Amino acid sequence: MQKITQNQLVEKAVSLLTDGTVSAVLGWKKGEFDYDITPAVFKTADEIKENFVWNDFCGANFSKYLVAQAGKHEGKILVFLKPCDTYSFNQLLTEHRFDREKVYAVGIPCEGMADIAKVKELVGDGIVSIEADGDSLKVSTLYEDAPALVNAKDVMAERCVNCKSKKHVAYDELMGEDGIVLESNRFDEVARLEAMTPDERFAFWQNELSRCIRCNACRDACPACTCEKCVFDNPASSVENKAPANSFEEKMFHIIRAFHVAGRCTDCGECSRVCPQNIPLHLLNRKFIKDINEFYGEYQAGAEVGLRAPLVDYTTEDLEPGEVFDRGDKDA
Amino acid sequence: MQVKEYKPLIVAFCCNWCSYAGADLAGNNRLSYPADVKIIRVPCSCRVNPMFILRAFQRGADGVIICGCHPGDCHYTSGNYYTRRRMAALFSMLDFLGIEKERTRVEWVSAAEGAKFAATMNEFAETVASLGENKRLEDLRCKR
Repeated sequence: MQKITQNQLVEKAVSLLTDGTVSAVLGWKKGEFDYDITPAVFKTADEIKENFVWNDFCGANFSKYLVAQAGKHEGKILVFLKPCDTYSFNQLLTEHRFDREKVYAVGIPCEGMADIAKVKELVGDGIVSIEADGDSLKVSTLYEDAPALVNAKDVMAERCVNCKSKKHVAYDELMGEDGIVLESNRFDEVARLEAMTPDERFAFWQNELSRCIRCNACRDACPACTCEKCVFDNPASSVENKAPANSFEEKMFHIIRAFHVAGRCTDCGECSRVCPQNIPLHLLNRKFIKDINEFYGEYQAGAEVGLRAPLVDYTTEDLEPGEVFDRGDKDA
Repeated sequence: MQVKEYKPLIVAFCCNWCSYAGADLAGNNRLSYPADVKIIRVPCSCRVNPMFILRAFQRGADGVIICGCHPGDCHYTSGNYYTRRRMAALFSMLDFLGIEKERTRVEWVSAAEGAKFAATMNEFAETVASLGENKRLEDLRCKR
């Protein structure tokens, strides 16, 4: 389904590596399964030819990896960025988290990534291989002789169904055509929750967040969460490295995490992608984005380098915290 | 069995320069406000971290109020402007999670407004009392 092929990317990576533009390549390789794609650093052309993968499961946002990888290698590192990754790229540059000079960014078009949970819902467990076949995915399982054909549109990840932009906001080189910023319905689900009564909302979040096992995957994958020392790693905090003991701890972790990235979150959706419990964490971040847009004017984190995040800024005319609830009185 | 009478516990974060002095003035003027309001002095209202608020609820607070200088009067020029944005976002999020929005509040109280401080606290304590105990952000391990 992806317009750009794996071969094109491999060729590009190999040529940039052999002509010395870059000395390392940040790319994807196959993990345990076909749908289990893992980020990897490649140092030689042979490695790339052998292991480099590009398919509908290459969802990982590489921007965050640059914090650790840029500057680690002699010369530049090549990174492939999907449109949504470029926003995080800009946001991290704004926060001076890596050296732009050490990175060679290649923008690649993205047609939307698949969500393995949705595939499993349709096909069932025991998936042994997944192959792209035109607009569908050929899914072979342990239990069926013939592979099942799944329409890629039906298993697209939620964040890609509501894709906010196909436009690359940062790159050194672009492969394929650049897209445009899209009109998405990404706030519809937030608005649906807002329209509920507080009791219903509480029940909804209690149900969702009670599944949290505090694996910290959302934090570890989040391109906005790049603190060297996280508050949740503080041994004195009593919530370090342990599963939530009760409903308070579940909520506290997610409220605080969402708050810490508020105004800096680019809505890349990595938190929900990596959540092993399928908690719709992106809704918390989108709530903040929606609020900030409504209170302080439209703001897209990472749209350009050097933007000042709304929560570290102010005007003397801001609305009062108490007035937040009077707008249209959604709870009345 | 004797049923313990419910009294709301309210945590008030007061900025050192305005609201804390306002509370002091309320005391000097013999204005009464509920003894269930526990005041915590902070250097500036923007010192209040969202974690403080959640922690207060965890440890048994039924309402949390943040008092600071009036916008424009901050001792540090702009601290309360940041408070205003942060708390607007945070309170909206708490409401989004279904936690009663009446339990959290921001009020601007200057050092000369002892009467306003007492009135605010009386009114807030009443609101919180009518909501009853904080059940949605409580931690049973911290129950006394």
